[in-house]
Parts: sequence; C-alpha cells; structure tokens
Amino acid sequence: MANILAIAEQRDGALRKVTHEVVSAARQVADALGGEVHVLLLGPAGIGASASELGRFGADKVLVGESGGFARSNPDGATAVIADLVKANGYHAVFFAASAQGKDLAPRVAARLDVPLATDATALEVEGGELVITRPVYSGKAFAKLVLDGAPQVVSLRPNVFRAQESPKAGAVEAVAVPEDSDAWRVKVREVVAASGGVVDVAEAEVVVSGGRGMRGPENWHLLEQLAQAIGPNCALGASRAVVDAGWRPHSEQVGQTGKTVAPQLYFAVGISGAIQHLAGMRTARTIVAINKDPDAPIFKIADYGIVGDAFEVLPRLTEEIRRLREG
Amino acid sequence: MKSIVCIKRVPDTEARIKIADDGASIDGAGIKYVINPYDEFAIEAALRLKESAGAGDVTVVTVGDSAAAEQLRSALAMGADNAVLLKGAPTLDGLATARALAAEIKERGANLILFGMKAVDGDQQQVGPMVAELLGLPCVTVVSEFEVQGDKVVCRREIEGGVEVVEAPLPAVLTMTKGKFEPRYASLKGIMAAKKKPLEEKDAQLGDSRVRVRALSYPPERPAGRIVGEGVDAVPELVRLLREEAKVL
Repeated sequence: MANILAIAEQRDGALRKVTHEVVSAARQVADALGGEVHVLLLGPAGIGASASELGRFGADKVLVGESGGFARSNPDGATAVIADLVKANGYHAVFFAASAQGKDLAPRVAARLDVPLATDATALEVEGGELVITRPVYSGKAFAKLVLDGAPQVVSLRPNVFRAQESPKAGAVEAVAVPEDSDAWRVKVREVVAASGGVVDVAEAEVVVSGGRGMRGPENWHLLEQLAQAIGPNCALGASRAVVDAGWRPHSEQVGQTGKTVAPQLYFAVGISGAIQHLAGMRTARTIVAINKDPDAPIFKIADYGIVGDAFEVLPRLTEEIRRLREG
Repeated sequence: MKSIVCIKRVPDTEARIKIADDGASIDGAGIKYVINPYDEFAIEAALRLKESAGAGDVTVVTVGDSAAAEQLRSALAMGADNAVLLKGAPTLDGLATARALAAEIKERGANLILFGMKAVDGDQQQVGPMVAELLGLPCVTVVSEFEVQGDKVVCRREIEGGVEVVEAPLPAVLTMTKGKFEPRYASLKGIMAAKKKPLEEKDAQLGDSRVRVRALSYPPERPAGRIVGEGVDAVPELVRLLREEAKVL
C-alpha cells in the first residue's frame, strides 16, 4: 500500500490553514498511487477536537498525540514520533508544510530515516508510479523537476500553492502515545512573541501590500498599512530589499531572493522598481498590481495592472475605494 | 569557544540564471559568485563571539569545486582563522552534502556549528538540521540573534508572524538569518592576512546523488499586463478590474 503520512500543524490549539492544503495534496497523490492518507496531529491536551475536520479534506485516519510537551514546537520530540511512525507503518511518502515548523522538522526526519528530501514543492505529479516533484530554485528564477530515490519520499509543500479541497473520508481518530516530557527534548521554546505587524505572515497571506524605496521613508508606511487594513485580515505587508537594508522595515517582511518567496492571490508593488531578485520572490502571485512614478520601471513588465503615478496620491484614493467596496 | 561555519559559493542574487544545454543544470558562464548572503550572518556571528570572548577559533568549511576556495578566502579575510574545502560537485542531494560536512565537523569538534538558514541557489533549507541530526546535536533554525549563556545558547527564531525564544544546550547547530549580525566588510589588512591563513583541501565523499533532476525550466511567462492609467484618476478603473476581471477583491 502506498500510504502517505501528512504532518498537521497547530498553533495555540488551532489547526493552521496550511494543514488543509497539505492533507488535500496528500489525498490527490494517494488517490493516484492507490493508498491511504494518515495525518499526524501533535498538540496540547484537547487538540484531538480538531482532528475531525481533517477527514473532510481526505484523511482516512488521524493519529493524535496529545501532550503539554507539544503545545509549542518541539523539534526533537516531533522528529522522534514521526520517525517511529514511519518505521512502524512503512509510509510511501511523508508530506510536511514548508512552514517555519515544517522546514525545521523535515530535514531532521529525512536525515534520521536516511532518505533525501525535497523542500518547498510547488507541484506534485505521479508519472508511471513515480512521484515527480516540482520546486523552485534560485528563488523562482528557475524550476526543477525532481525524483527522490528514497523510501519514504519526504517532501515539504509550499503554503498557498496547493488548494485545500474537500474530499470527505472517514478521518478515523486514533490516539498515539506521546510523553509529557523527555530528557531527549533538548531544544525548548521558552516564549512566543507575536510580531507587531499582525498574525498573517507575508509568505502565507492572500493579499500582500509591498512598499519600496519610492515610499521615501518609514514614516510613510501608514499609507500602506491603511490599504492593508481596508483589504482585510488576510492581508500582510511586504517590503523590498532596499527598504529592509535601509532599516525602514524588518527583514521578516522582505520579499525576494534574500527574503521570502510569496504566492498570494493579489500583490501590490508600491514604489518598487522591480530588481531581478525581488521579481524572483513574487512573480508567481496570481495578480500583480504596480504603482510607480517611473513608467519605465521593470515592475510594469510583469504587473497585470499598473498605475503610473505618485504613490502618495494613489494610495489614499485606492484605500478609500476598497473601503467603500468592502462596506457596500 | 570553537566555532565551525559552513558556507556555500552561490551566484550573486542579481545574476540572471541561464539553463545549460543539458536542460538539467545551470550555465555558470558570466555569473558572478559570492558567499551565500545568509552564510555571511553566520560568519559574522562566529567572529563576534570570538571577539567578545577574547579567545577562540573560527573555521569555515564548504563543499564545492576548486573555485569555492575564493569564497573561503573571503571568509578568512573577514576574520576566520582556518578554512577547509571539501572538494566535490555541489548537489541537490542535501543529505549527501550534510554527510560530508558532518564527517569533517566530527573530526574537528566545535561548541557551535553555524550555517546560513538556506543557500540562495538550491533554496533547500535542509543541510544545517541534517548535519545536526547526523551528529546527534540540537539544532535551532532561522535564528536572527542568539547569545551564549554558560553551557547553553538562547536564540530568537523567526516564525510566521512572530518570534520564538528558543533555548538549546551546547554544542549546538544554528542556522542564521538577517538580524543582529550584519556582516562586516573585509579590511585591506584582513585581505592581506587571509593569503597566509591555512586553507586545507580534501575530497568530499558525496556518493551518488539520490535526488534525480529530470529537468529545469524557466518560470511561466506572465501574460502582458497593461497600464490602467495615470495618477489618482486611474484608481476606480483599477478597482473595477481587480473585482470584475481578476476577481481578487
């Protein structure tokens, strides 16, 4: 049986949205290979209540490990649980989210199982029984199609790329015994500090409002913040490298080759000229809007819609129009 | 404090990437190569640690072809003490790379093993934690700043929408991102001194790659966009297009 183990992620006792995407992708691949989807959900006491929703996205089985030790990320503990499950059940593939947690865990699990790993997959296909993984290299300046010679095939999936799809299965919940604490857990999260920008990360937001040097200074960022607020809670702020290097914005907001690669539904590039390393990080956005004073700025070459004009005039009007739309 | 920093030679981020005739690799002609930008934060962190302790040793290690000696020299010019080039063709099989690095690190021993959180060529973000696993060491990834406190290290690790404060016992593996450790420029004195510092070359045992690259391709071309108009007067039309045509509002 070509069964797939999908690793769920929770924060503060709630499943993260990317988990639905990972389980949905696992369902599609399992259907093509003729196997089941098992989901591992580790979290604090009570997390099992979230298990039932995973059946909707195609989980045949949800393995739930409840322990205070998994309330926050616990890489040593999770690596051991996942590796033991794989050894016991012989999975064909293990899918992680290419999130902060998944990118932290997947390499440890792959190394422990002595198999290669493909991170940040943007497409998965089954060809002649083989799992073919597409993933960006050079931050999206090129894409590689790969096949892994390993059992299981360990892959992490880029957030916002695979669609969460309902495909109801039994989602039978089974408990997995996990310890409350262990001497083998060396890496300990002491505190989680939320960023001032809000909870949606630029890499996972549906809409991104990014600013560049054309914004002239950090004191003008309220214009972008107001637009983001008008759009709604799934909107995050982004920034160009020039702006982060100048210290106007934190690196966590940087989009591009030395920042984050984003794939939102809608990307606003405001006062961003469009350096090649920035374009690499956002060119897979579904719709790109550019606002720039310079009609020859390279950003207009990849934007779906452009406005040539002064961001300081265009932004307030755009915010007002979108606010009216939201209220209307 | 003994630190080992693992670095990589990568194309400059401004480089245009051209797929080679074999369809499965990159044409390196005309590309300017640099130290992976994230690795520079790791080098800087190791140097500051040594400076604040007033003692210590910083070794830089890379897996790469002979040309990667250039990046090791740059790290020596920044202030590292020793360099090791593990000669082998760079591969997308991160576990093979990790194995070669782990063998060298085990032989040398270190309190702290630092990486960039990813290399900007393969974008794999995997070799650091794999090395930790192979050596049985704790690992904290995507660290923007850290402090050694006695026999442990306290890190700020970047996660979606926030920061985790994470503690791990030493020796440990950390993978670094931009934050507290803005890299220094090599001084002229440093560049001169680097020429005399030890740079050892050995063959890396990489074995056969277990990651088969079937093909490389360019990202799909975006359909030609359009300028909606100029200035504030274009805003209502833009909003209409986003709502009715693109259906994203």
